[in-house]
Amino acid sequence: MFSTKPGCHQKQGVGGVSIEVGVAGVGMHPFGRFDDVGLVDLGVTAVQQAMAEAGIGPGGFQAAYCGTAYGGVATGHRVLGALALTGTPIIDVEAGCASGGAALQLGAEAIASGRHDTVLVFGVEKMPKGIIRSSFFAPWQEQAGLSPAPAYFALRAQRLLADTGLTKDDLAAVCVKNRAHGVVNPMAMWQEPVTAEAVLASRVVCEPLHLWMLCSPNEGAAAIVLRRATGHDLRVRAVSLRSHLPGGVLSEATPLCGLVDDSIPSATTLAADDAYGAAGLGPDDIDVVECQDTDAARELLSWQELRLCAPGEQARILADGDANLSGARPVNPSGGLLSKGEPLGASALGQVVELVHQLRGTAGPRQVDNAQVALAHVVGRGANACVTILSH
Amino acid sequence: MDPIAPGLFELATDGSITLVGGFSHVSGHHHFPLGPVCPFTGADDVERVLLPRDGRLWVWTAVTHPPPGYGGPVPYGFGVVELDGIGLRVVTRLTESDPSRGHEGQRMTLVTDDVGDGIAMWAFAPVPE
Repeated sequence: MFSTKPGCHQKQGVGGVSIEVGVAGVGMHPFGRFDDVGLVDLGVTAVQQAMAEAGIGPGGFQAAYCGTAYGGVATGHRVLGALALTGTPIIDVEAGCASGGAALQLGAEAIASGRHDTVLVFGVEKMPKGIIRSSFFAPWQEQAGLSPAPAYFALRAQRLLADTGLTKDDLAAVCVKNRAHGVVNPMAMWQEPVTAEAVLASRVVCEPLHLWMLCSPNEGAAAIVLRRATGHDLRVRAVSLRSHLPGGVLSEATPLCGLVDDSIPSATTLAADDAYGAAGLGPDDIDVVECQDTDAARELLSWQELRLCAPGEQARILADGDANLSGARPVNPSGGLLSKGEPLGASALGQVVELVHQLRGTAGPRQVDNAQVALAHVVGRGANACVTILSH
Repeated sequence: MDPIAPGLFELATDGSITLVGGFSHVSGHHHFPLGPVCPFTGADDVERVLLPRDGRLWVWTAVTHPPPGYGGPVPYGFGVVELDGIGLRVVTRLTESDPSRGHEGQRMTLVTDDVGDGIAMWAFAPVPE
């Protein structure tokens, strides 16, 4: 039924019984800046909530996976040590902006394979302020000015606009949409709406990207308890993490050179195709989406890479409001990273927490009507991309 | 001027600069900087080659705020130039820091760029049309 491609999907478990992965509980510390709250305390809040929802205590999970990029040595141990929850395997996972997705894939695989009955997956981060500094680059690349992430985002955005006919007005419309959604999300860093005029009046960081078109690296935590699905548990239908293929010059891989070949599929498309295949679903089955909007152009590129629309169709979708909360297929009902900010290790799991609430019908003023199938997407340094599909 | 890092380019006594890359006969691809195998296919027959000094602008922007670890001037141009004849696109500094003055397919040529403290880096400059 399933291909042998990477990614987690339902498998024949022990004794030939098909094992489904269920969501037992979720928790989240708001994303933002919290100068008086330490890294461990951010994680403690999210983990305690998720475990309380799942109805488990010490001994209630058999393994823990912690996504973090800047947390440092044994971050997961520090968080679980503070809660007297050590003793199981605790595995820190780093995969750039997809770190939380990578942790989720490992956790889901541990359930689907029959190895564990219940696992804890969480992500925690306190990002340095300002432009993200990354050991991904050699010191000479920093010295030469070849390291700033927004510059690579801008090049990708320029090509998107050139190739599709999308405009800076469309980029501003993404910001207006996501910030409007974020107004009613208490987990978001920015809870005020913006106008397109104000977005375009903010300073240019790297043409065509203005300051308000870029998300803020920040702090936060999210946690999910997965278990062998029972009863009405929401199902994790697929979690697929993929890295980039060699040759693409403008992927999040940020190589120093690439081939003159624009047909190389992106890491996002690879992950999406894996996930759709594993879930036995297609883009038309998706009711609600949380996708990577590190910058406004990244969201629009993600739509086409996820096969949610044809290249260039984004302008019509934005104009018609189809991606708004009340639209045909809302995208980033949480407000996205443009509203929440991006704590790398936690951001993917923050998306999943939002989608769990959407599927449960507990998203309050952000509730999407009749959401049955949800897709979460992150992509970042590596390049790594992760696509998760959830359903009833 | 001292090169920013060894092995990236050759500086001639007349001040001209040439990027040092690799070529694999098996894959048919050039790459930059020179690596142990072809980064696109893994072919291990890489030969050290000097890359074309001319190309065309494919995508460009400008960096307006100094990123961490960078002590050179801002704004500075940043983009990708497609090198003539070899099917390779190189991420690069650009001497033109006003994005409104670039256009796709613009003729570009390699020059030496000073990123501060007498450190030499490569950049591409527009060829007058």
